[in-house]
Amino acid sequence: MINMKNKSIDFWILTGTLSLFALVNLLFFLLGRLSFSWEGIGTMIAAGLTLAIYSFLYKDNPTFKVVENLYVGVALGYTVIITWFNALKPDLYDPLLVPLFTGKHAQYLLLVPMFLGIFMLLRFTRRLVWLSRLTFAFVIGLGAGVTIPNYIHTFILKQLEPSMRPVFYGGETLLPSINTLLILLGVISVLIYFFFSVEHKGPVGWLSRIGIWFLMISFGASFGYTVMGRMSLLIGRVIFLMRDWLGVIQ
Amino acid sequence: MQRLLNIDRRIIFAAVGLAVIASLIIKFSLPVPASPPVQRIYDKIESLPVGAHLLISFDYDPSSKEELQPMALALLHHSFRKGLKVIGMTHNPSGTGLAEQAMNSVASLYQKKYKEDYVFLGYKPGGASLIMNMGEDIHTAFLKDFYGNDTTMLPALEGVESLKDIDYLIDLAAGVTIETWIAFGKEKYQFEMGAGCTAVIGPDMYPYLDSRQINGLMAGLKGAAEYETLAECKAQAFKGMLPQSVTHCLVVLFVLFGNVVFFISGGFRSKRRQSR
Repeated sequence: MINMKNKSIDFWILTGTLSLFALVNLLFFLLGRLSFSWEGIGTMIAAGLTLAIYSFLYKDNPTFKVVENLYVGVALGYTVIITWFNALKPDLYDPLLVPLFTGKHAQYLLLVPMFLGIFMLLRFTRRLVWLSRLTFAFVIGLGAGVTIPNYIHTFILKQLEPSMRPVFYGGETLLPSINTLLILLGVISVLIYFFFSVEHKGPVGWLSRIGIWFLMISFGASFGYTVMGRMSLLIGRVIFLMRDWLGVIQ
Repeated sequence: MQRLLNIDRRIIFAAVGLAVIASLIIKFSLPVPASPPVQRIYDKIESLPVGAHLLISFDYDPSSKEELQPMALALLHHSFRKGLKVIGMTHNPSGTGLAEQAMNSVASLYQKKYKEDYVFLGYKPGGASLIMNMGEDIHTAFLKDFYGNDTTMLPALEGVESLKDIDYLIDLAAGVTIETWIAFGKEKYQFEMGAGCTAVIGPDMYPYLDSRQINGLMAGLKGAAEYETLAECKAQAFKGMLPQSVTHCLVVLFVLFGNVVFFISGGFRSKRRQSR
């Protein structure tokens, strides 16, 4: 009984919100607040989609579901078109396929990546699935060969440098030296915290406790930044709604 | 007390929403001083001579627009005002529209001409392999620009054969592209690089700042607002810092409130008993 009552309330909230949105837009068009052009209609649609997405904060609802699926579909469609016009057409269709059928000089070397790409799609067929392994072997071999040395250099060797700098530079202020010491202490204590071959007692225990504090501070900083990021997204949409749609702020 | 510990989350959403709306309507101002990592990007662009090549990689899509588009606009204002040749590109297919809109809108304010003063290379898949290709020959990586023009015929790309000829590169990223640019571009082809990113990935980027693999960093809306202040083009990010500060205070109050009620209600003691 309560469930039925809640459903009825939700239905009226949804209907009321949609009606109010339609009424507000109609008023804006009649008063000239929104121009009857692509820009005006675009603003109205964008405002509607924004509100529909934020309606999830109240409860999961059909409007949110529709807009969520619309977003996925539009994003995929846009990606396909952009990939065709920016990658496939200039890099494969124009230099290889067009000349092949017009009798001009074609870049036959492009047949290799073209067939490797087609082979990857053959994973969907049982008889020819073995061909996709050729592409995967090429991708994995090339990827590992290129990535491993670059990653070791960039993300390990170069990252070791800040913890190996001299603590006292000539002519520097005291703060960089304190930072260097803190980085050193952080690296050592966190490494010891994750070193489980020795029991965490005595000096090892103390250092691992310091490591926990460093980890907690870094989690806190990450959480703070995440809050800032999420708020920024909300603020951006609220500015859009209040400035571009409602015209309440400049 | 238990009721206070189980407040409907929608009340918190409403409070945050109201705080944002109120702080946008009520007029007050807060200073936005530039932090050293943002200042270094500004100083680097300021030090470049007229006609120097700046490559901006717009590696974000509409879901990160609110944080990164203000950054892109502020950078473009500064670069066009300085008379730099701006080269745009993206690793994100959904980012092409935003990048194109940002470049064309700011360029028109400074009477900059497409092909001569700036170019938009568009999107190419590949990530790391695209960067390495650009490091060898930028014209084979991008045979044509976003509008289908032959890249060897574009005056703005004159003197640019590969990434080694770029005077400064800035990656505006909502994902892992900063790391990819560093590993396969900056370290391999030795050019100076700065970065702008969403707040969520901001803390992960600080180690690269410390190891001097990037010379500067703009993180989140705050980074964008700081750059807007430096470039004297205060716009959306600067405006967004007021509600940002108010909502941060609100979140801190909520965290404190939750903890105080938790301790007063004896939840801490019962949790400790359970753990024993």
